[in-house]
Amino acid sequence: MTKLQTLIPLIQATNHTPGLDPGKVEFSGAYVSDLLSDVMGSASSGQVWVTIMRHLNVVAVASMTGITAIIFAKGVVPDADVIEKATEEGILLLSSPMETFNVSGIIYQTLND
Amino acid sequence: MGEYWNIKPELEDSVKQHFSAPPEAEVELEFEVPEKDFNTAGRGSSEVKDLLKRLGVDSETLRRIAVASYEAEINLAAHSKGGVMSCMIYDDLIHLRFLDKGPGIEDITQAMIPGYSTADELVREFGFGAGLGLPNIQKNSDALHIQSAKGSSTLLELLIFFSAP
Repeated sequence: MTKLQTLIPLIQATNHTPGLDPGKVEFSGAYVSDLLSDVMGSASSGQVWVTIMRHLNVVAVASMTGITAIIFAKGVVPDADVIEKATEEGILLLSSPMETFNVSGIIYQTLND
Repeated sequence: MGEYWNIKPELEDSVKQHFSAPPEAEVELEFEVPEKDFNTAGRGSSEVKDLLKRLGVDSETLRRIAVASYEAEINLAAHSKGGVMSCMIYDDLIHLRFLDKGPGIEDITQAMIPGYSTADELVREFGFGAGLGLPNIQKNSDALHIQSAKGSSTLLELLIFFSAP
């Protein structure tokens, strides 16, 4: 298990859910996709999810699948209602200015260090 | 009238037993799922998931139930004129039923093929419509039953056992 806090500086991420502590969230892997049914069909609980989809349904998908944090790539910033719902569900939301490929590469490296 | 069944072979007896003589449910819940409302769709699944979590259902079973249920709710919102989700919880299993107001599935076998979709642009904009909903429901269910015909309502029901007998 890797602490989410370790990842934050590496992908230059901003935490949009200040009510949730990335120091307390751990993850075991990651899934990368912008198709919600693909995520529900193939992601595992305990993973983080990298996407550029930013509407409210991403929170429901993460919650149903057991995903601990959503990382928005390419500087995508979620709306206030998405942040509110995620905080309620205990799902951390991060934004990284990097592209999906680079974010994924850094996560891969962090997991395999 | 088209009908589709998929039952895990090792659970066939328990599934048949359940459908032929269903016992009284411990908990029964009902939720409206309106057409093209992707924010309301998912409320039922979320509530059921929270309840089962409190009842002590393990996290992997919880994930399977939540995913199958949410996909089915999204299907009602995306493809039907709206419908009702009913949830019956028993000692050893959950029975979920989704009954919509049409317009029905013309060819259920085709609808089960991963990647086949009739979703419109709006549905796709929301990140759905990849043709993976029904396959995901089947993958996570112990028993799946679909009954439909063009021009009529669709009934989709599924069983998931809390711990495989």
